[in-house]
Amino acid sequence: MDRRTVFSGRLLPHLLLAPQLLLTVFFFYWPAATAVWSSLTAEDAFGQGWIFVGLDNFQDLLTDPLYLQSALRTVVFCVAVSVLAMAVALLLAVFADRVIAGRGLYRTLLIWPYAVAPATSAALFVFVLHPRFGLLGRWLNTHGFDWDYTLNGVQAMGVVIAASAWKQVSYNFIFFLAGLQSIPRAVIEAARMDGAKGWLRFRTITFPLLTPTTVFLLVVNLVYAAFDSFGTIYALTQGGPSKDTETLVIKVFRDGYINHDIGGSSAQSVLLMLAVIAVTAVQFRFMGRRTLS
Amino acid sequence: MNNRPDWLAHIILGLGVLLFVLPVWLVFAGSTQDPDAIARGALSPWLDPSGFGVYARVLSRGALGGQPVWHMLAISFAMALAIALGKIAISVTSAYAVVFFRFPFRRAAFWLIFITLMLPIEVRIIPTYAVMADFGLINSFTGLWVPLIASATATLLFRQVFTAIPDALVEAARMDGAGPLRFLRDIALPVSGANIAALFVILFVYGWNQYLWPLLVATDPHLDTIVIGIVKMIGVDSQTDWGAVMATTIIALLPPVIVVVAMQRWFVAGLTEGEK
Repeated sequence: MDRRTVFSGRLLPHLLLAPQLLLTVFFFYWPAATAVWSSLTAEDAFGQGWIFVGLDNFQDLLTDPLYLQSALRTVVFCVAVSVLAMAVALLLAVFADRVIAGRGLYRTLLIWPYAVAPATSAALFVFVLHPRFGLLGRWLNTHGFDWDYTLNGVQAMGVVIAASAWKQVSYNFIFFLAGLQSIPRAVIEAARMDGAKGWLRFRTITFPLLTPTTVFLLVVNLVYAAFDSFGTIYALTQGGPSKDTETLVIKVFRDGYINHDIGGSSAQSVLLMLAVIAVTAVQFRFMGRRTLS
Repeated sequence: MNNRPDWLAHIILGLGVLLFVLPVWLVFAGSTQDPDAIARGALSPWLDPSGFGVYARVLSRGALGGQPVWHMLAISFAMALAIALGKIAISVTSAYAVVFFRFPFRRAAFWLIFITLMLPIEVRIIPTYAVMADFGLINSFTGLWVPLIASATATLLFRQVFTAIPDALVEAARMDGAGPLRFLRDIALPVSGANIAALFVILFVYGWNQYLWPLLVATDPHLDTIVIGIVKMIGVDSQTDWGAVMATTIIALLPPVIVVVAMQRWFVAGLTEGEK
């Protein structure tokens, strides 16, 4: 990161850095530190003050079946969204990479959903899948299928997975297409000359060469599903029916902001932070310093 | 290779396009239909050309006694612009300081910014809310955007761009008597034009699509963004004015989609090169 020629000056660089650093300290480090501190305390029995309780909040969480169920649910949700969004995107990217008429138009028509807000995509899905007035939802009910995601937890989970994945396909499509285009044509041609047919060529040559893109996207998708899907889930089901779509972020929001359990919610925040740090560390391990370079 | 059309590719891509376009078409068509019919479950996939008046109605009056849609649009526009421009401004200056100056704790400052990559807002909801309350920023427009503009990713991107500026160019500028601010204005900013354009698209969409943060810090309906407004509307179970809700959904998704499509070239290059 070092360059040879630099400007001299003491005050100016500090002034240039100040806005970013001040905002970072006030809105990242201070809250993060507060979260760690609150996670180690609890309100005393009279509601008069705070007492230090060590790791009690964490112990409560990790022995609370509701929390563990929510954690497991989050893992299932994140994996399902990532796999679905990446598989559809890869299929579309492989065909968009072929030389066909109108491929510029296809690309435009496949990337615009990137711009749709998670909460807005939820609204679109309501009008398609709502059991009473959604077009598809009503059709299912009039054709002998008992469809109501507002009451059936499994269906609700399916709906929030579909709505979250729908919005993420475009992002993955952009990256897979860029990845495919960076594979040298000569490599593909050589495989073709050797007689490798479409699927075999994809499985043995193209897909392995896409590995860096796939790993990068997997991490981004898992993080997206874990955090950005808040708007989609909250708008569609609010975590319900009962708690069937309550992921960890929905739970943090509900426990802390709605139910005012500061200690428990802070402990959840700290665990989430540790999870993000772990995922980021894995990303660096596999991606080298790609994001840093 | 032969010249016959690649039917399989057209079919697969066509299905992909339908998967994205159909829900939006359905909501667009529905917005023009009779709301009572929709509430009864008679949503039709066809447009009613006589029903476009609903757009004028929601823009000026809103639905359900909520904010008029023009007001929510204005808040969304102001918030998205403030977030995009604010992030770019403070990331440019901080990256410039780190790349073009030498001072104590330079590396420490860089790492302090870099580590925030790992702290998305969703994991520090409650404590950040508490800090906001201490600053008196709850229910203020400032509270909607200022806390969101610190950006590790944008700083990293500009650091990369500035590091690639050849030393010879800096030398030449210094020989001509250009100071650091003049160099920033006349050389460093112009050479990063394409990056700034790409980043602007990504950040505008990011700002426009915020949901959790406005939900936390702005309970005053006068600060409702259009995304917040939609979720409020679809959350009302006894809702009858579905046409208005559908029209609002269409209006909410248009601005960011237009920005992405219009600036597609820069946006795609910026996304895949700079990442996120």
